[in-house]
Amino acid sequence: MTGCQPGNALLEVTSLGKRFGGFVALEAINLAVPEGERLGLIGPNGSGKSTLVNCISGTLRHEMGSVRFVGQKLEGLAAHERTRLGLARSFQLPRPFNTLSLAENLRVPLLYTGRHTTQPIDQSCIDLLDMVGLADKADRLPRDLTQIEMRKLELARAMAARPRLLIADEAMAGLSHAEVDDILALLIRLNGQGVTVILIEHIMRAVMHFSQRLVVLVAGRKIADGDPAEVVRDPDVVRAYLGE
Amino acid sequence: MSGTKFFLALLIASAAVFGAAGLIGNPYVFFAGYVVLQYIALATAWNILGGYTGYVNFGTAAFFALGAYTTVALHKLTALPLPIMMLVGGIVSGVVGLGTGYLTLRLRGAFFSIATLALAVVVQTLITNWNFVGGSRGAYIVRPATAPLLGIDYVQYLFLVMQGLVVLVLVVARAIERSRLGYGFATIRDDEVAAEASGVPTLRLKLLATTLSGAFMGMAGAPLPYYVTYLDPASGFSLAYAVNGVAMPLVGGTSSWLGPVIGAVLLGTLQQVATVTISSALNLLIVGLMLVAFVIVAPNGILGLVQVRRRRSRA
Repeated sequence: MTGCQPGNALLEVTSLGKRFGGFVALEAINLAVPEGERLGLIGPNGSGKSTLVNCISGTLRHEMGSVRFVGQKLEGLAAHERTRLGLARSFQLPRPFNTLSLAENLRVPLLYTGRHTTQPIDQSCIDLLDMVGLADKADRLPRDLTQIEMRKLELARAMAARPRLLIADEAMAGLSHAEVDDILALLIRLNGQGVTVILIEHIMRAVMHFSQRLVVLVAGRKIADGDPAEVVRDPDVVRAYLGE
Repeated sequence: MSGTKFFLALLIASAAVFGAAGLIGNPYVFFAGYVVLQYIALATAWNILGGYTGYVNFGTAAFFALGAYTTVALHKLTALPLPIMMLVGGIVSGVVGLGTGYLTLRLRGAFFSIATLALAVVVQTLITNWNFVGGSRGAYIVRPATAPLLGIDYVQYLFLVMQGLVVLVLVVARAIERSRLGYGFATIRDDEVAAEASGVPTLRLKLLATTLSGAFMGMAGAPLPYYVTYLDPASGFSLAYAVNGVAMPLVGGTSSWLGPVIGAVLLGTLQQVATVTISSALNLLIVGLMLVAFVIVAPNGILGLVQVRRRRSRA
């Protein structure tokens, strides 16, 4: 098992547990993510990946364990307070603000996280849209976008909060080969700018290309954590994906 | 247009309307005009919660009547000037708005609307059983013949006061629309989970919207006892306020401050004309038919129609 020493990680999840009634969605998850890392998180459908993201970002509340971000306990903080700390996430299914234009969609996190730079907010919106190649559609509504553009808007909105940690929840599902490369390049570029990225993904080609470390969840438990090439050869992981 | 310019423009428009109404020379113009103004304030107040944040409030009558009954109570206890009474009525309804927001935090969509409907029933029952403000018998308010200080006819004074409230409500509504707060409200309407993820404190903003909306409804209701001179629960909590409060913004368009104004002027005037020319019972039928027609033909109201027309001509 690799991973950094507890105490100096950007994100630190300790024996996290989450139940929905009698169903155990997550059990004793431990995870430490050092600043600047590109972490891949995989697991079969229903293994608890999105639940983990929701517990970390505050959309769901967990019953057991704790989550620390930049050394601060996150329990009791609302989702918007976590975003303001620098913990941003994109949603598995894009959830744009449908009555606002693309530029306005990005304006919201810029206005509310107060983390934007000194440059005028309109320029920040355009810069962010430019980063994902949507600058020419700044005044359009989300309903005018294609699937991949919607994903890009979702990522741009998460980036508008100027996060230190970005959790990209299946940002590439349903996209073509070239589109996946597009998003991957974007995420790697963000990481180059110092943003820690957790990528949740099913497309193994993307995961293997992207991740410096790979974590595998199966049925709410973490069964592997380490070098991607080793993890995918792990007999437990192979069994979980292919059966015996 | 800046906020100050908008404020000045509204003042000039109000003065012009007041002057024009005076020139007609028929005191009934002020009497009927008051109702239209009251509906502009009420519809705009409803829109702050219903249009901007998307929480549909069916309890308009409760907030409105609370303002009116605050005036009844104050009238019996004190001799405060009307604008102060409106302020107190606004505070009472605002506090109830805050409480309603707090109790219904977890309710969304139709469930929130049903809760506000229940609120209206609860408040009406309480007032009906409160003897001090007249209970089910109702309360008589003796209206002074002339206004204090100004010396004008009291109905003209009520008209003037309501104009003042309309200016205030419109300035606030428009300021919200163009502010950080307005964007926050819009994200609540569109997607609360995504709003939280974008750093928007949805809970606090929702409470702010219910409080502000409730307070303005209360202020709109506060002068009512002096206008009708006899107020009983059945008229204070009339279905007309709840229906008009929803219908006017929807007919006008909920996306901007102008929508409720258009809706209130259109429906309010139509109802006043119908009351005089045909029958007072026809009022709600008109509103109902208009509402059905607009939901089918123009779900985004008159403003929506104009926007579509404009976009088409540009394309």
